[in-house]
Amino acid sequence: MIEFIKGTLLISGASFMLLAAIGLLRLPDLLTRMHATTKAAALGVILIMLAAAMHFADVGVVARAFAIIVFILITAPIAAHVIGRAAYFVGSRLWSGTVKDELRPNYDPLTHELKSGLETHENAKRHPRTTDPD
Amino acid sequence: MDTVILISQVIMGLALVLTFVRVVRGPSLPDRVVALELFSTTVVGLVGVYAIQSGVASFLDAAIVIALMGFLAAIGFARFLERGGPRDD
Repeated sequence: MIEFIKGTLLISGASFMLLAAIGLLRLPDLLTRMHATTKAAALGVILIMLAAAMHFADVGVVARAFAIIVFILITAPIAAHVIGRAAYFVGSRLWSGTVKDELRPNYDPLTHELKSGLETHENAKRHPRTTDPD
Repeated sequence: MDTVILISQVIMGLALVLTFVRVVRGPSLPDRVVALELFSTTVVGLVGVYAIQSGVASFLDAAIVIALMGFLAAIGFARFLERGGPRDD
């Protein structure tokens, strides 16, 4: 029984990694490629490490396998966020079918400044409250 | 069990080849960085499978180190890209 579960975990983990690679190869622009690789590859590693933990069934090995799982779960979103941010700043092109880019009207690539999108004259006025100190 | 391990190794080797195609073709540097990160993640999985195949649990330590190196390389590349300013490649 445990052999069957182990085999299923191994095959499905490897398949998720193949899926991530196919997504990296086939998708049109950087952000969609990152969306494919980050999640699918992290899930693949998690499944394979679960299989390793079940295979050895030893306290130290299980702790190490779970350490790898937690490490992947923490670092994969951080790395994806940092790379996506850097890629947007250096001006990587988006797919021609992109529907919405909310950063474009508010972000100035020369001064590296981001507006909130609410900078009207009405919002710039000061409205003092009665509780404010003089 | 040996057959299952062999099949999963073949699948992950194929994934490595496809990732390498993106490293070679990738139109811009961020694409290559993403591909290299997927490369390191796939190698972590391969090391895990090899630990099961050989029965040596110490390979999982190597997997931890490889995952750490991949993460640090991605962070370093991202800092390098951001420092360089807008680029057109």
